Amino acid sequence: MDKLLENALKGDELSISRVLTRIEYMTDEGMKYLEELSKKAGSAHTIGITGIPGAGKSTLISSLIEEFSKRGNKKIGVIMIDPSSPISMGSFMGNRIRMQDKTMMNNVFIRSIASRGHLGGVSSEAIMLIEAMDGLGFNPIIVETVGAGQTDTEVVSSVHTITVVNVPGTGDEIQALKAGIMEIGDIYVINKAEYPEADVLYDEIKFAIDSGNWNGWKPLVLKVSALKKIGIKELVDAIETHEKYLKESGKFIKKINERRKKMIELIIRRKIDEKINEVINKEVLDNWTDLLTIVNRIYDDVKKSL
Amino acid sequence: MEKRIKVIVAKLGLDGHDRGAKVVARALKDAGMEVVYTGLRQTPSQIVKTAIQEDADVIGVSILSGAHLELIPPLINLMKENGLTDVGLIVGGVIPPQDVEKLKNMGVDEVFLPGSSLKEIVEKVKKVAEKKRGIKIGQTT
Repeated sequence: MDKLLENALKGDELSISRVLTRIEYMTDEGMKYLEELSKKAGSAHTIGITGIPGAGKSTLISSLIEEFSKRGNKKIGVIMIDPSSPISMGSFMGNRIRMQDKTMMNNVFIRSIASRGHLGGVSSEAIMLIEAMDGLGFNPIIVETVGAGQTDTEVVSSVHTITVVNVPGTGDEIQALKAGIMEIGDIYVINKAEYPEADVLYDEIKFAIDSGNWNGWKPLVLKVSALKKIGIKELVDAIETHEKYLKESGKFIKKINERRKKMIELIIRRKIDEKINEVINKEVLDNWTDLLTIVNRIYDDVKKSL
Repeated sequence: MEKRIKVIVAKLGLDGHDRGAKVVARALKDAGMEVVYTGLRQTPSQIVKTAIQEDADVIGVSILSGAHLELIPPLINLMKENGLTDVGLIVGGVIPPQDVEKLKNMGVDEVFLPGSSLKEIVEKVKKVAEKKRGIKIGQTT
């Protein structure tokens, strides 16, 4: 086996980190690493933390790390996604600030990645990193999505337990009843529970859930204060209850298969996108004929080059 | 896919002023880099551990406290001990001009004094990333 991968599997942090970078950039080496790690993956419980920007996702993860560590979790993996600039393609990733005191913990590996233009809250890179961390023996793996909007529901197909973080003061009960992000949660967390409007929001989300039809898992609603570390024990209990439910109902493996399908889809899309860009960039638009002729010609070229 | 330069921007030691570090981090983001901003009061070991986990190409340290000659050597030693010999190190802040050579002799790749332009900083970070990690902008991996 490759030396770098071998050291990563032994737990060497720098090797782990460099393996992840090669996977993130989908280099030939990286894809081989992903293939190897994928053979070992399939047992980690993956937890998605999603919600609007400023909801307190990073602070909540910091508290979760603490509680999971107390419960003896040996290797906790954290992936945090921040948005890439649509203008410069750069990214300002500031989520680590909320977990500065977790940096020196030996059982925690935190990695920030930029969304690189991917919409939906999770990027293809993130899904590959989840698979890789799973193969490297991290369990649980916590994934913080980009501060999500109402339609950012892609996290559903990539993790086991979706935690939607809400904060008081962002709307009325109509928001809680809407489609999109308010449908995907396994656990709804009302963060900043010390705020006076927290009880109102709790009632609204509880009503939205109680008025729905649930087969199997009925989402839980919890009030927490990530900053003051209130309700964190109960939240981890809820996460573990959901994990148990998934395992007993056979959905745990199903979710991993869904993630892998998504991963395959995204890798193939990436390859096709490259071809499309290649062919489109070759196309000279000086002799503009008509749109459909050009579109069909490019489409044929792409198909041929696949 | 084109390799993006990943930079850690950190405040080393005990000073509470991070306006300048944020302005630099923002400029690096605007130049297309992926910046991990770690906030105030970082120790050398926290910065090194972050650089390991993030697989940073360059570490950018901001110091306004005057403690650069005390804090940079342990940072460099920890970088070496942990195998980060191919990671760039730049230092900026209130650094007396006579200390620039000292820092460079210790192994700092670039030093920015007050008054450095953002453009200059961006260009030099790119250069350091190319020298240390072989990253060429516009090149796909």
